Amino acid sequence: MNKLARWGLTMPATIAVVLLLVIPVLLTIATTFGEAAGPFSTYTAFFKSGFRMAVLYRTLQVALITTGIALVVGFITAYVIAQMPGRLKSIMIVAAVFPLLTGVVVRSFAWLIILGKNGIINNVLMSVGLIGEPLSMLYTQGSVIVAMVYLFVPLMILTLVGVLEGIPRDLIEAAASLGARPIPTFLQVILPLAAPGLIVGAVLVFTGSFTSYATPQLLGGEKQMMMGTFLYQRAMVTFDWVGASTIAAIMVVITIGVVLIMSRMARRLNPMAV
Amino acid sequence: MMATRIHPLLGAFAILVFFFLLAPLVIIVGSALSDTTFLTFPPQGLTLRWFANIFQMEAFRRTAITSLQVAILGTGLSLLVGIPAAYALNRYRVELPRWLSTLFVLPILVPEIVFGFALLKSITIGLGLPVFISLVVGHALLILPYSVRVVGASLASFDFSIEEAARSLGCPPLKTFMTVVLPNIRAGVIAAFILAFITSINDVSVSVFLTGPGISTLPIQILAHMEQFFDPTIASVSVLLMLVTVGVMAIVEATLGLTFLTK
Repeated sequence: MNKLARWGLTMPATIAVVLLLVIPVLLTIATTFGEAAGPFSTYTAFFKSGFRMAVLYRTLQVALITTGIALVVGFITAYVIAQMPGRLKSIMIVAAVFPLLTGVVVRSFAWLIILGKNGIINNVLMSVGLIGEPLSMLYTQGSVIVAMVYLFVPLMILTLVGVLEGIPRDLIEAAASLGARPIPTFLQVILPLAAPGLIVGAVLVFTGSFTSYATPQLLGGEKQMMMGTFLYQRAMVTFDWVGASTIAAIMVVITIGVVLIMSRMARRLNPMAV
Repeated sequence: MMATRIHPLLGAFAILVFFFLLAPLVIIVGSALSDTTFLTFPPQGLTLRWFANIFQMEAFRRTAITSLQVAILGTGLSLLVGIPAAYALNRYRVELPRWLSTLFVLPILVPEIVFGFALLKSITIGLGLPVFISLVVGHALLILPYSVRVVGASLASFDFSIEEAARSLGCPPLKTFMTVVLPNIRAGVIAAFILAFITSINDVSVSVFLTGPGISTLPIQILAHMEQFFDPTIASVSVLLMLVTVGVMAIVEATLGLTFLTK
């Protein structure tokens, strides 16, 4: 009876995930090995093509830079929030959550208004007389990275605030009472304890920016094609389904690989592990 | 964490970060009110005509309705299969295999854009399901992890011996769940609903593959509109979407307190 209950209750969700996610994704990956030219021909074509590799490198580069900036900015901000007294802390957390609940399209669109030809930055610089011609800031790697950092900093802050609050006060007081200066205390006490949280945040931001679609589409355009926009273009514009499936397979392998490696690292780094 | 004095440089940096986070949203609101036919900030003259304009544009009206329908149905579906799963995972933690809980977070692990494409290939084209059904199913799956995890988190602190007591007094299982378990995890269910709803309303990566003749969601429509026009209508639609978020946050605050989101 009990056995029936526990399998019966998990069954609908299990069937849904297997039928609608696992099987479709595996089938999509499977189609890439069915080419007449040989099972791996579509992958050799991808890795030999300068254009496709450039898209992959660009995506990795944007994701890594975004993750690095978000880590630093998010950590410092979360550190400040964690030290705040109750009321102020809640207000700051709300201010960080609000952008997170606003859609990706809306948040990317804001940067079109800021960075555009008639955008705020150009208007200000022109009116001050610093530039004579409007700068072209859109559709560059920089504009994509700025918008991505904007998307993911709140996520990093939220991930880290909880972690930093969980660091026992006594540890830091102990370090201070034993004469440790702030910087060594930070490096030898706070950072090691926060490391697992930093890894979780980094994984979330890396996979999120590596697989993003709307932001590179709006702020990067054709010139700054990334894996997500490339996949869409292959599937829905050129109808090259095998090519699109190949991009999908590469994306799945990279994101799941990163998650597995990093979560193992986070577990090993956890000094508080029970 | 302890309350120490914060170095003024760190404090200043945090203030700058919050400016960076919130200024773009203020800019969108300002642009939506500008009495110009092009997007600009600060607004030149104030008007609400761009908001009126949304309601005159059939495409925005239609896709907004579709988005709401998909979000409500998708969230409902995900809770319908997610709550029993979360309950079983917590109630029978020892007897159930570990891979089950991994399975329920898979929709977060698989890149959304890949999931959207795989769904299009398999159920929309492969099985010939209508686009609207594919959208609902896709969204339900995409937000299933939220349902399972958030409801699971509130079940983790639930004392199942209360349930045992009701059962031993002869209360049937489903009635026990409805009258004993559910009231205790109400906050978790509300939070799961809200997170799932917001995720669904804002989704681009899955929905972008699942649009058909006459069927699209609001964010996809906004994207399409942006590629042709760059007028304040988009800003006003964005403001409306932000207002939905504000409303939702007010509900969260009233029921759970917002710090819930950092747990």
